This record gives sequence, structure tokens and C-alpha cells, in this order.
Amino acid sequence: MINYIIKRLVTSVITLFVVLTATFFLMHALPGGPFDNEKPLPPKIKANLEAKYGLNKPLYEQYVMYLKNLSRGDLGPTLKYEGRTVNEMIAYSFPASAKLGAVSIIFSLILGIYLGVVAALNQGKWQDRLVMVIATLGVTVPSFVIATLLMYVFSVKLRLLPSSGFAGPKYMILPALALSGYSLSFIARLTRSSLLDVIRQDYIRTAKAKGLSRNVVIYKHALRNALIPVVTYLGPLVAGVLTGSFVIEKIFAIPGLGREFVTSIGNRDFMLIMGTTIFYSTLLVVCNLIVDLLYAVIDPRIKLEA
Amino acid sequence: MERLLEIKNLRTSFFTHVGEVQAVRGVSFHLDKGEAIGIVGESGSGKSITMMSVMRLLADNGKIVEGEILFEGRDLAKLPENEMQKVRGNEIGMIFQDPMTSLNPVLTVGDQLMEPLIKHKKMSKEEAFNRAVHMLELVGIPSPKSRMSQYPHEFSGGMRQRVMIAMALACEPKLLIADEPTTALDVTIQAQILELMKDLKQKINTSIILITHDLGVVADLCSRINVMYGGLIAETGTTRDIFYNPKHPYTWGLLNSVPNPKNLVKERLKPIDGQPPDLLKPPAGCPFAPRCQYAMRICMTQRPPLFEIGEGHKAACWLNHKDAPKVEAPIRRGDL
Ligand SMILES: Nc1ncnc2c1ncn2[C@@H]1O[C@H](COP(=O)(O)OP(=O)(O)O)[C@@H](O)[C@H]1O
Ligand code: SF4
Ligand SMILES: [Mg+2]
Repeated sequence: MINYIIKRLVTSVITLFVVLTATFFLMHALPGGPFDNEKPLPPKIKANLEAKYGLNKPLYEQYVMYLKNLSRGDLGPTLKYEGRTVNEMIAYSFPASAKLGAVSIIFSLILGIYLGVVAALNQGKWQDRLVMVIATLGVTVPSFVIATLLMYVFSVKLRLLPSSGFAGPKYMILPALALSGYSLSFIARLTRSSLLDVIRQDYIRTAKAKGLSRNVVIYKHALRNALIPVVTYLGPLVAGVLTGSFVIEKIFAIPGLGREFVTSIGNRDFMLIMGTTIFYSTLLVVCNLIVDLLYAVIDPRIKLEA
Repeated sequence: MERLLEIKNLRTSFFTHVGEVQAVRGVSFHLDKGEAIGIVGESGSGKSITMMSVMRLLADNGKIVEGEILFEGRDLAKLPENEMQKVRGNEIGMIFQDPMTSLNPVLTVGDQLMEPLIKHKKMSKEEAFNRAVHMLELVGIPSPKSRMSQYPHEFSGGMRQRVMIAMALACEPKLLIADEPTTALDVTIQAQILELMKDLKQKINTSIILITHDLGVVADLCSRINVMYGGLIAETGTTRDIFYNPKHPYTWGLLNSVPNPKNLVKERLKPIDGQPPDLLKPPAGCPFAPRCQYAMRICMTQRPPLFEIGEGHKAACWLNHKDAPKVEAPIRRGDL
């Protein structure tokens, strides 16, 4: 187990290194730079600015510099927000993203599993059909369409929930629903088909033959097995929520890191692009490791081998 | 002897989109306390469904259409589900064919063993643990205490079937139903499991119903045998009757397909030619007629009643009618 974790950490560091190197050089290969505004700066000032941030140096020198700073945990200054470091930017804007992401993941899991169980236990009845219709829409309709629809219905028409900003729990409901639409539906379908498969297994017959009640048979004996595929989906779920939040934060004007990330690319804020990329990649790698460990916990047949 | 179970004219069907599958078509038999009987027949003859009807564990589309299942006088066929839950695992234990898939892979063996004890005997965790360890010991699992926290995949097939037996007997049920308990196991392990069941029958004093498609398996354990075919009892009698004085051509076929352990030359099993009847449209006459070399005209049109051969020995075959031609049973003698 410990060996496995160590091995996974080592490969993670290598993965991250490849990601950051590729991002660094691809980013600089893009046309345009951070100081190319619509209103061009006087060449003198632009040159000064570039010198200040070392952007006039050869690319490999900049790369080495970046790695040096990174090894000290310093992600450097932002190029567009005068006087603020990338570390500060992340610390400032990540909490909103984290909240939104966490709520979306919880929505996806709780609602998804619940709907899947309801559908499976009522196979062929109206509850099942309703869930399947919702779930099919959820996986086919893109999140920005769901977002717009939710906004239209709940903010514009019903005036129940705010459509933008991030000033309290009720601001979170619509974006979290939009963000979890796909994964919620996916999990509902996965849980349903998996549970239908499990309740036909021999060990469920054994559990019934022991005289256990229907609830114990379903929630203790069947659901635990049925959730194994759902656990394998947690990795993609986290990735989906992270990347999905880029769009959703933009649509709902949530001051989160996803929105900053999207903006930073348009701005060619090289430092912020690098910083957020590294931050998101690390988060993803760590989440995947946790998911794999969790997988071994829920399914005792899985052996974690280094 | 005291009656434990009495099944009267049981009929069980499955209602599918192509029609009613009549899996059990009027089966009657009984079991006394402390007795072990066998139910023998080819696959599809309705053995499992008969016993699953007793357990009331039929699939959603399955239904007991007619008949009584008197267990100590109570009709299980009419018991409400919550009452039935107190019978399952407590008064009747059941084990199944495939020990590899019959245990829950994500729960420890100990947890699964303790469940019925906590539920039915209202034991504390600790009491249930000790009782479970004792049961594992009883079924011959070495170092039972440390085995409690292991998962099913850490056990071999034979060991898993021992766990299943321990689990089914944990609450000291009055009846153990064993549905092909050795079919999925190696020959040597088969013998060990049968030996264990025989041994436990003495120790725990449970009655046993052993389901198998192999007549060779029942001889040692069971005092009486029901031979089933096409959802009906073909022949019933003591083990002696069935082996030494069989009166049904289907029983003859089964006896001839028993592998002979004393025979040094490996003899190929002789399965009976042909297919079992279609239970969607069961034949009006004897269900075995299309495969029976002795079939007469009456066999096609009228179902043979159970002819009384001797005390407790009956056979559903027209050959036992007083006017029927006399036929010598074509059994290879001396082997059995
Ligand atoms: N759920 C079901 N739906 C329809 N037919 C079934 C179902 N379960 C069993 N049957 C049918 O019932 C008959 C008897 O099956 P079973 O009792 O399992 O035979 P066996 O003697 O091999 O144990 C078989 O023909 C089988 O196809
Ligand atoms: S009743 Fe007729 S068909 Fe059926 S087993 Fe006897 S002889 Fe054969
Ligand atoms: Mg069977």
C-alpha cells in the first residue's frame, strides 16, 4: 500500500513535469503576448514591461527561471494584475471554485445514485422511465445549454434564484446543477444498470435466503457492489467538474479560478496560465490517486500493487 | 415420526411474455423430522423451483398457482412476506450450487456469517462472532478466528461451500435445503462436502433435502428419493426401492448414467437421449413419452397416475398398470 502510494506519487511528479513543460512551450508558440492590447502600447513601454518580467530573454532561460521559482513554490507575478502574484490570485479565487465543485460532486453523487436506485427498483414503471428521460437529456444536452435553460426558468421567469454572482448558498444552486447535469445523469444510468445486474447475482439470493429484509438486501448487499463502477467514474467526474467549471463560472459570473483561467488565456497572461495549469493538474492527479485508493477500499478483491 | 414438511399438489408457474411456463405441475411429497431425502432429475425438471417455492424466493414473474406447503403445520404458501423472513435462514437454511458466486464479494465472511445470528437470534455482535467461529470450526475450516475477517475471494471453492453450510446452519434450522451443493466442485471435494453434510446431520439434527441431478450423490445421505421429470414426480420411494426396484423408465435411464466408481475401465456416462418437455405447452400424456422406448398409445394421451408399488413406493408410469406388458428393467446389476 505505502509502496503503491510512493510509486504513484513519483509517476505523478513526472506527469506534472511533462504537462508543465508542454504548456510552457505551447503557450509561447501562440501568437500574441500579454502586452498586445487593442490600443497598442508605445514600443518603449512594451519593451520595458517585457524586460521587467524577463520576457525578452531566450525561451529556455525563461523556462529554467520558471522551474527554479516553482521549486520554491513561487508561481511568479501575474502579468495583467499589477502587483499581484499568481499564488495570491489562486488563493483568492480558488475557494469559490472549490465550493462550486464540491457542491456539484455531491449533487452528482447523491442525486445520481438516488435516481439510479429508484429507477432500478421500479424497473419498467413510470419512475424508471422518468429517470431515464432526465438522464438521457442530461448526458446529451451540453452544460451551457442547461445553464441557460436553468437561468431562464428560475431566474428570469420564476425569479426564484439569482443568475449571477456568488454571495451565498442560493447563488450556488443553479451553477452547481448545470455543472453536475452530465455527471449526475451518467451516475444515475450507471447506478441503475449496475444495480439491475447485481440484484440478479447468486449472492443476493443467498442474502434473501438468510431471511434478511428487503432493505438490508438492497442497501447492504446489493448497493455496495453496484457502486463499484460508480467509484471508477469518480476520477472522470472530478475532471469533468473541474473543466466544466471554466464555462459555468464564466456564464454565471462566479469569481472563481476557472473563470480566471479562461480569461488568462485570452490575456496571454503567461504566468497565470502556467500557475493555474499546474494547480489544476496537481489537483486532478491527487484526486485520481484518492479515487484509486477508495476503489481498493470498496472492492476488497482489488490489490494495490506497486 | 413427526412430519416436518408436507407439500401437497404444488403448482408453480412463471408468467413470461411468451406465456405461462409451468415449472412445477402438481408435486406432493413429505419429509419427517431428522430425515434426509433426495430430489433427483435432469436439469430443468423443476427441482430448484419446487424448493424455491418452499422458500418463497421465486423471481418476480413466478407464482405458486396452487397447493399447500405445510411446514410444521403452517402453510408457507400463504405466509406474509415479513413472517416468511423469520422462516428463511432461521427455520430453513439453504445452500446453492455455485459457492464461488454465492457469497457477497465485498463483505467479510465473518460479517456474512453473523448476519442471520444477529437478525434471528438477536445475538450481540460478540455472541454472534463466537457462534460464527464455532460454526466455521464445525465445518472444518482451519484457524477459523483469523478467517472471519477475510473476504470470500481468499477461500477456495470447497472452503466457500463449507462457509455456506456454516451460514445456513448457524441458526440451527430444522431444515437444510441443499441445491446441487457439490455440482460445481471437484470430485474429491464433492466427497468431502457430502461427508461433512452427513456428519453435521448427526451433530445438529437437521432434516435435509438434497437436490441433485446425479443419483450417485444421494445414495449415502438420503433415506428416500423423489425422482422428478417435467415438473412432476416420476417415482418416489426409499433409496433401496429406487436403486434396486425402480419402476419408471426415466429412473432406469438415470441409474444407467450414474458413473460407476468400482469400474476400473472409465465408462462413458450414458445420458438419456432426447429433450425434456416444453413447459410452455406441457404434453397431455406422460411427459417422458417422446423419449421413452416403452411408450404405449395411452402414454401419449393420458398422464399416468402415481401407481402404488409398495409401501411408500410409487411410480408414475403406465407400465405399472395391471394390464400393461411386463418389462424387465434394463439396469446393469452388480455395480450398485
Ligand atoms: N424466472 C423464470 N422464468 C421462466 N422460466 C423459469 C424461470 N426460472 C425457472 N424457469 C423454468 O422452470 C423450469 C424448472 O427449472 P428448475 O427448477 O430450475 O430446474 P432444475 O430441476 O434444473 O433445478 C425450467 O424449465 C426453467 O426454464
Ligand atoms: S408412462 Fe409410458 S411413456 Fe411414460 S414412462 Fe411409462 S411407458 Fe414410458
Ligand atoms: Mg436447479
